Amino acid sequence: MLIINQFIASYNYFIIIFLMIAGLYIVVARGNMIKKLIGLSVFQTSVYLLYISPGKIIGGTAPIINDSYTLYSNPLPHVLILTAIVVGIATLALGLSLTIRINEEFHTIEEDEIFNKEDL
Amino acid sequence: MQFEHLPATQILIPLIGAILILVSRKNIVIWATASLLTLLTFINSILLYKQVSVDGVISYAMGGWEPPIGIEYRIDSVNSILIVLVSFMALLVAVYARKSVEVEIVAEKRPVFYAMYLLCLTGLLGILATGDAFNAFVFLEISSLATYVMIAMGKDKRSLIASYQYLIMGTIGATFYVIGIGLIFIMTGSLNLNDISEQINSMNTIRPILASLAFITVGISLKLALFPLHSWLPNAYAYAPSVATAFLASTATKVAVYLLIRYFFDVYGYNIVFEDYWLSMLLIILSIAAMIGASLVAIFQNNIKKMFAYSSIAQMGYITLGIAIANHSGLVGSLVHIINHALIKGTIFMAIGCFVMKLNSTTIEDFSGIGKKMPLTMTAFTIASLSLIGIPGTVGFISKWYIITGAIEKGWWWLVISIALSSLLALIYVGRIIEIAWFQESKTKENTVTLSREMIGVTLIASITTLYFGLNTELTVDLAKIAADSLLPGILR
Repeated sequence: MLIINQFIASYNYFIIIFLMIAGLYIVVARGNMIKKLIGLSVFQTSVYLLYISPGKIIGGTAPIINDSYTLYSNPLPHVLILTAIVVGIATLALGLSLTIRINEEFHTIEEDEIFNKEDL
Repeated sequence: MQFEHLPATQILIPLIGAILILVSRKNIVIWATASLLTLLTFINSILLYKQVSVDGVISYAMGGWEPPIGIEYRIDSVNSILIVLVSFMALLVAVYARKSVEVEIVAEKRPVFYAMYLLCLTGLLGILATGDAFNAFVFLEISSLATYVMIAMGKDKRSLIASYQYLIMGTIGATFYVIGIGLIFIMTGSLNLNDISEQINSMNTIRPILASLAFITVGISLKLALFPLHSWLPNAYAYAPSVATAFLASTATKVAVYLLIRYFFDVYGYNIVFEDYWLSMLLIILSIAAMIGASLVAIFQNNIKKMFAYSSIAQMGYITLGIAIANHSGLVGSLVHIINHALIKGTIFMAIGCFVMKLNSTTIEDFSGIGKKMPLTMTAFTIASLSLIGIPGTVGFISKWYIITGAIEKGWWWLVISIALSSLLALIYVGRIIEIAWFQESKTKENTVTLSREMIGVTLIASITTLYFGLNTELTVDLAKIAADSLLPGILR
């Protein structure tokens, strides 16, 4: 019972770890460049959850000074993750545009086919 | 003279410059602007260094928000030298860039290239200056994204693949770093490096902190191309434009090493990182693998840029080895080698940029007889190469000397053998190029492109700097000693 209780109490971390490993696995196991980028996105998203989920306090409100509220959630993780989301979007956009250019030059986005053709 | 906002202007000059530079399309104007901006950055870094050496550590509250709540820029004896180093290399490469960029990059992309160059510089200086863990991640990504774009602008179409590979690896590295920061943040509720360090030392539950140490070490190791995580580096260096390669090889990996040193010695502290020997041993094994393995691979390369890219991986091995030895001499050796290797690799890749422009080839066989055609550039190249091997009288000798001293102080004699072996391997691959370039007759037809005077001039200046610091060792070594004193706990000084 204890194990099950612990699992339920921290189930958010299990979801995060699952997403993290799934994302990283897609990056490593797939040769298709778009799929790799999708994996990378899943991997990055898991980190957003890692920051956001401990920042939530049950019953806590937004940090606005008001006499009727005493319990606040920390706003910092949300701000950090807004920044990280921007970074993630920039990375994904650059990765996708690189893939378009690669497709124009090599006529394929499968890594194996490119490595067979080119001496890298 | 006292300037209050020097830490902020250090980052803001290249950041604002990166936007300003997009206004003009004329090559000469954008080049002059970029050179001027890097010159201003360099002057700023010297003033900052002067201020630190007089007043001690500068703590600058960005936007007036006091640390640990606000973002703190913290300049001390360690990062003030590295800020000067990175600004200096950026200045040299920016002045060098004009003709090389004209030849290698199509006209409409040139302003963007210079803008990315300045953004990359912004990111690197930001990582060095900031005292905030998450801010360092943002700057890491600014510099990395700018780097991916610069690499993708290479003439060879394989540069796109190199850039894509680096993007995947670099993002995984940065994400690992953020996971580490996230774990620290959950445990301490702080992002200020100083504050974190104080809280970690008074903490009972150590396990999540150790997990964060593992994540941060792996993440930064990807960025600095530690041995098994180096696969992105050779292609990135080989197919990027010459200017980008010269800049990246001399600064990007060094800044990542700085971050590693900062976390190992300042944030976590000597006691947590090196208390059990496992991390130290792991780093030593990987460093030796890099020093010997990468040097062996370099011997068999036919592409000169790739050869020196592998040599860079080997040289990073020396730096991480000095960190792993973790005593005063070892750390001094590492810090001096960061400076020396930046100068050496900067010179080598700038010289290679000159050769490649003249020969239009990166194959080593085509370099035959180049010494007679381009004696000045080849002399600069030869001086830097000898430094790379570590001939006494050059800078490379001093840093290796300190790392060896550190190993002997610990009683690890077998390390001395592996350093000597790695130097011998360096002698083989450098010797091969020097032999071909000076002593063989020319077989290749050269281009009609004429090199600009500033290209050769800057390459020579860089090589003279390596000679100067080789003969006048006091400056770099003394600075590194002061920095090492501030990093190590009392008993180890």
